[in-house]
Amino acid sequence: MPVPNMLPPLRCATAGSVDDGKSTLIGRLLLDAKALYTDQLAHLDDVRHRRGLAERDLALVTDGLRAEREQGITIDVAWRYFATATRRFILADAPGHVQYTRNMVTAASHADVAIILVDARRGMTEQSRRHLFVARLLGVRGLTFAINKMDQVDFASAAFADIRGSVTDYLSSIDLPRAAAELAFIPLSALHGDNVVGRSSRTPWYEGPSLLEHLERAPVDADRSDAPSRFPVQCVLRAGGGVSADGRGYAGRVASGTFRAGDTVRVLPADAPATILSIETADGVIDEARAGASVVLKLTTELDVGRGDLIVGALDKLPRVDTDLTADLAWVHKTESRLGAPYLVKVGTRGPRVARGRALGVRRRVRRCGRHRRPQLVAQRPRAGTAPRAGAGRDRCVRRREDDRELPLARRDVGGHAGGGDGAVGTRTVGHPGLKRLPRNLGHPGLKSGAA
Amino acid sequence: MAALTGHLAALEDEAIFTIREVVATRERPVILFSAGKDSVLVLHLALRAFHPAPLPVAVMHVDTGHNFPEVIAFRDRHLASLGLPLRVASVQTSIDRGRVTDAAGPRASRNALQSVTLLDAIAEHRFDVAFGGARRDEDRARAKERTISVRDELGQWDPRNQRPELWALHNTRIRSGQHLRVFPISNFTELDVWEYIRARDLDLPSIYYSHSREVFARDGMLYADSAFVTRSRGEDVARETVRFRTVGDMTCTGAVRSSAGTIDAVIDEIARAIVTERGATRADDRAGDAAMEDRKREGYF
Repeated sequence: MPVPNMLPPLRCATAGSVDDGKSTLIGRLLLDAKALYTDQLAHLDDVRHRRGLAERDLALVTDGLRAEREQGITIDVAWRYFATATRRFILADAPGHVQYTRNMVTAASHADVAIILVDARRGMTEQSRRHLFVARLLGVRGLTFAINKMDQVDFASAAFADIRGSVTDYLSSIDLPRAAAELAFIPLSALHGDNVVGRSSRTPWYEGPSLLEHLERAPVDADRSDAPSRFPVQCVLRAGGGVSADGRGYAGRVASGTFRAGDTVRVLPADAPATILSIETADGVIDEARAGASVVLKLTTELDVGRGDLIVGALDKLPRVDTDLTADLAWVHKTESRLGAPYLVKVGTRGPRVARGRALGVRRRVRRCGRHRRPQLVAQRPRAGTAPRAGAGRDRCVRRREDDRELPLARRDVGGHAGGGDGAVGTRTVGHPGLKRLPRNLGHPGLKSGAA
Repeated sequence: MAALTGHLAALEDEAIFTIREVVATRERPVILFSAGKDSVLVLHLALRAFHPAPLPVAVMHVDTGHNFPEVIAFRDRHLASLGLPLRVASVQTSIDRGRVTDAAGPRASRNALQSVTLLDAIAEHRFDVAFGGARRDEDRARAKERTISVRDELGQWDPRNQRPELWALHNTRIRSGQHLRVFPISNFTELDVWEYIRARDLDLPSIYYSHSREVFARDGMLYADSAFVTRSRGEDVARETVRFRTVGDMTCTGAVRSSAGTIDAVIDEIARAIVTERGATRADDRAGDAAMEDRKREGYF
């Protein structure tokens, strides 16, 4: 099949409760989009035969781990790739179980569109609300609700309308400073294929697109060329490896906006002005670098610029340089957050070695859904999202703005995990409005200030 | 050279970002280079990532001794043309030292033995990062792995306890004794790799293109007749026009009948393929539903 090459791929992630049929939906999407190969189909047939199943278990397309196949659950994200006549897709099949929510967070962070499955019989469950909350927390732009198992409710429009109503009610109750998401609701049956690839004749009351048609048209979040120009420096490159007449080049990836040769910029956190001398790739000099491009910037002025510094367009909205920050967190570590404990902070390419912070307070909290706890409802009231404040030692951090979607922040437990950090924590906003400022540098004995 | 189109540019930018992040934050990285198309791609991306500076990453081949001679010749020629030194970690040496026992029988393959040689070499050179060309579209287990994946002190992957990997925030911290396996082209598909190779005009071993070869049929695959494989009764050699979709050991890599002698013809063939890359050509993945996962758990790539 000829595949389109012009568009960047659309990244989608599934979400929803276990048994709502996420893996089956992906299997159906791949099957009906003719994206499964004969040996993969033969494998499904082989398993069906060995286990004496009535139909192919489409979930086995993505449940690739031994434990997943044995237990019939999804533990971690499976990545799948397929293309239609108009677009390429990168699809992350995320686990639905409460204890694997951390893996769903990973999947959702990469998504332009979250496909949230809802069982038409059960409606929104606490786990689908949890996933929806996480998707909003991470700032996923497109939220597509796949109201699945419509065949089990005789394709009744009322069931669909009820769920749509409860979703919008719940969404309006989430108090997060995010741009409105692009919502879509699609009644479907993953098992039988209704409205997955082709439109179903069994939902005459539904006039919208099938899931695949919808995804083919969904906007890609990667197009951030109009946002403020941000360039986190990854490393400094010198021709020949030494100091040369060519000067230093700053390697990095444009996080947002567009840079052009001759642009005036500022280097943060030092706040030094400079002008872009040239923008280069391995192929030579280019005129401009748009969001997403991995390039090397050269400046007209010799400045002390290093890894973790941020080059920003001088004419754009400037980020604030600060030692304090406030963040919404998705806490994915097994141990609970502790007030006053030291944490490593990573903003863009800065840290975690240079910036250390510690939680100074929690503004609000989503009750954790840890492995040993009873699953609890996420954010039915606006008491949602933990927001510890982090004093960042003496090191100054460049603070994200609300619109800096591509300068995410990670925090990691230092205590007891030196060098390990298996429990990273992701977040997307800094600088919550309306928070009382806390004093800086409270002097926690275990906190060393990380000099850059 | 012309700029890449949308999706290839996006994949290249992502891979270069990952390579730079890892190299900037670790001390002793190495690229695992088999001279297969995926490792040719990773090496090329790494060179691009640091241009015009020299490549700050070592290059190593884990050589089973059962490779296609054309591939070994390409390997040496390719690295020489780039001016890069090559380290070779030899499975034969591991066998001679008694670290592993050579496999025997008509289906003998050194594929699984590579893991020991690789882990020994990582320890010997104190590498803390090994870049590889594994892709998520290759296999069910690889589809599950993070771009940056931690190996414990014994080189094992723990698929049930993978780290969060959010946005472009790469966590490269490890404890002493651990190392990272990093897969910058995780999101490339087989077709993407070929389209990228065409766009960047990269050289590959000749066996990726159609040629005439003595082969025999086994388990529905065509094997190259070689000194490394013992044929059983009825496994008669015939001359066929074939090419290889993947390049591994001669003992476990099958050929496909193909007349695709140019990259355009190969891309056309892959775009219309109805069997996956490894499904068509790899005996090592046919050992069970979770063959790749089981090998990866033990340190395999």
